[in-house]
Amino acid sequence: MKRERPRGNYLTLAAVIIAFILGVEAQRRGYLNFARENPGDIYRLLVQHLQLVFYSASIAIALGLTIGIVLTRGFMRRYRETILNLLGICQTVPSLAVIAIAMSYLGIGRKTAVFALVVYSLLPIIRSTVAGIFQVDPALVDAGHGMGMTPRQVLFKVEIPNAMYIILTGIRTAVVINVGTAAMSFLVGGGGLGDLIFSGLAMVDAGLMLAGAVPTACLAIILNWSFERLEKLIISPGIPRGD
Amino acid sequence: MIELNHVTKTYPGASQPAVDSVSLTIPEGEICVFIGPSGCGKTTLMRLTNRLIPITSGSISVDGKDIMGLDPIELRRHIGYAIQQVGLFPHMTVRDNIATVPKLLGWARTKIDARVDELLTLVNLEPGTFRDRYPRQLSGGQAQRVGVARAMAADPPIMLMDEPFGAIDPINREVLQDEFLRIQDKLKKTIIFVTHDINEAIKMGQRIALLKEGRLIQTGLPDELLNRPADEFVKSFVGADRVLKRLNLLKVRDAMMTNPVHCRSEDSSEKVLEQMVKNDLAFLIVTDRDQRLLGYVNQYDLRGHKGHAGDVARKLTLTVSPERNLKEALSQMLSYDLGILVVVGEDGRIQGVLNSTTLCSLVGSTYDEHGGHWGRITAAGRIL
Ligand SMILES: Nc1ncnc2c1ncn2[C@@H]1O[C@H](COP(=O)(O)OP(=O)(O)OP(=O)(O)O)[C@@H](O)[C@H]1O
Ligand SMILES: [Mg+2]
Repeated sequence: MKRERPRGNYLTLAAVIIAFILGVEAQRRGYLNFARENPGDIYRLLVQHLQLVFYSASIAIALGLTIGIVLTRGFMRRYRETILNLLGICQTVPSLAVIAIAMSYLGIGRKTAVFALVVYSLLPIIRSTVAGIFQVDPALVDAGHGMGMTPRQVLFKVEIPNAMYIILTGIRTAVVINVGTAAMSFLVGGGGLGDLIFSGLAMVDAGLMLAGAVPTACLAIILNWSFERLEKLIISPGIPRGD
Repeated sequence: MIELNHVTKTYPGASQPAVDSVSLTIPEGEICVFIGPSGCGKTTLMRLTNRLIPITSGSISVDGKDIMGLDPIELRRHIGYAIQQVGLFPHMTVRDNIATVPKLLGWARTKIDARVDELLTLVNLEPGTFRDRYPRQLSGGQAQRVGVARAMAADPPIMLMDEPFGAIDPINREVLQDEFLRIQDKLKKTIIFVTHDINEAIKMGQRIALLKEGRLIQTGLPDELLNRPADEFVKSFVGADRVLKRLNLLKVRDAMMTNPVHCRSEDSSEKVLEQMVKNDLAFLIVTDRDQRLLGYVNQYDLRGHKGHAGDVARKLTLTVSPERNLKEALSQMLSYDLGILVVVGEDGRIQGVLNSTTLCSLVGSTYDEHGGHWGRITAAGRIL
């Protein structure tokens, strides 16, 4: 850990320098004109984008955790494999196709976008929940039951805290990917920064495109970083993290 | 009290039962040790008792009530269980691990904290050092001790302990065993204790149940197992040195000869010598008026001496307490090449003597009153 830190600092420094050079170059080519002239638009779309991510992630997390936990319970033993395989197959459908399919049933609008995003981020969360709970040492579950914990107490006081590291990694991956996928909501009229990116692409206007792409990238990075912080906060220091 | 009545358990898909018609009663306040080769069903029996797994046939009752009629959660909170794999919760500190059951029972915080420190001290871990550690910061033996503390936390009247001291070094293990027996003496819990170590079984068990392939082969007092093994399997399991193992079970008090022949320091040397010659004694114990050990005299020193026997007494430093076990006493005898140990109580009074012949006769079968280079030690009391 101690040796990691200075290297991390150098990387940050390098990133800042590169960003600065790129920024100067973009400025020289006039790419920043749109952003300078329409900060309100960017802000509005950014909020929309955040809302898309927030709604879809909240639903996907709630749903994914629940389904994941249910799948690990004893009574699901017989169906677990089948369900996970089915979900795995669904996941291979490209995000664009999911959005297209969702649109043909739900029409155009934010609801469709959120729905598609939920569907798309559900599987990684279910998967990591199941994997996380299954890798908990059976002796812990045994000890919990043996001391007279109710099944619910075993789940919340033993299984989930010990599965948290893997579950949170799954959630983080899903949410970060979600930020990128949310850009496609534009295609179904869901709004978000995708508006700028796709319009920019269509009009071959780099300034417009960058005005959407840069905030999207920053959002993904910031969310990723926040989740890492969150992990440190809610995962017990007693659980080793492969360091 | 725990009663097992023709308990049989066949795991799903298994061709043979893991536990086969075991009947056994563990009276209230007793430690019953389960011992037997790996896979003989010891853990299975425990898990049947607290209903972690269902019984195939037969019945178990705890304090006179059939466990199938009890709420499993209540039952388990009533029975402390230290599992074989220890199973400390890695996300909780030592304190929170130990506090598991008290928390489930809704104890007040201050009461829990006091109890945690008490238990840590009991298992020989310094509370200040270990209370706030996480399990990954403990050695295997330390973790195991926390596991035992956790099982005892809510002071359950019944305990199931699956190899609780398996990972602990011999010295600490001995300390823990002694400590455990000491508190058991006060608390009188009903305990099932699993071990692979026959010496631990003999030391800890008031009763030992020897299992093999799911069947109960022999059950009885440790002494019975050593003295009258039911068959060749038991004999080989308790070991060829079973006679020596019995030494562990017996206290010096059980084997010593009380009121040994001796003289007082104020007795006249001449008369003492006369009696020693008459009784063919080479050495003689010397005490004061209060039966306190002063030393010993030999015929050579007394010869021609005019005065009190106490004046020529030599120091006798190697003595033994009546509460020590015979194995330690014998070891002391052998390492100092003594034919005799004088048994002295805490108050310094002599309580008896132990010599190799009384020792041998007690653990062996023949009894011979004579022997040892001290000549004939008899229970004659004061020589004059
Ligand atoms: N959950 C299970 N499912 C199927 N068979 C099992 C299960 N648990 C134990 N067994 C089998 O039951 C038998 C008894 O196992 P048990 O764990 O009670 O042995 P043990 O006496 O505790 O052994 P050890 O001294 O190695 O701990 C073994 O043959 C084992 O393979
Ligand atoms: Mg076992």
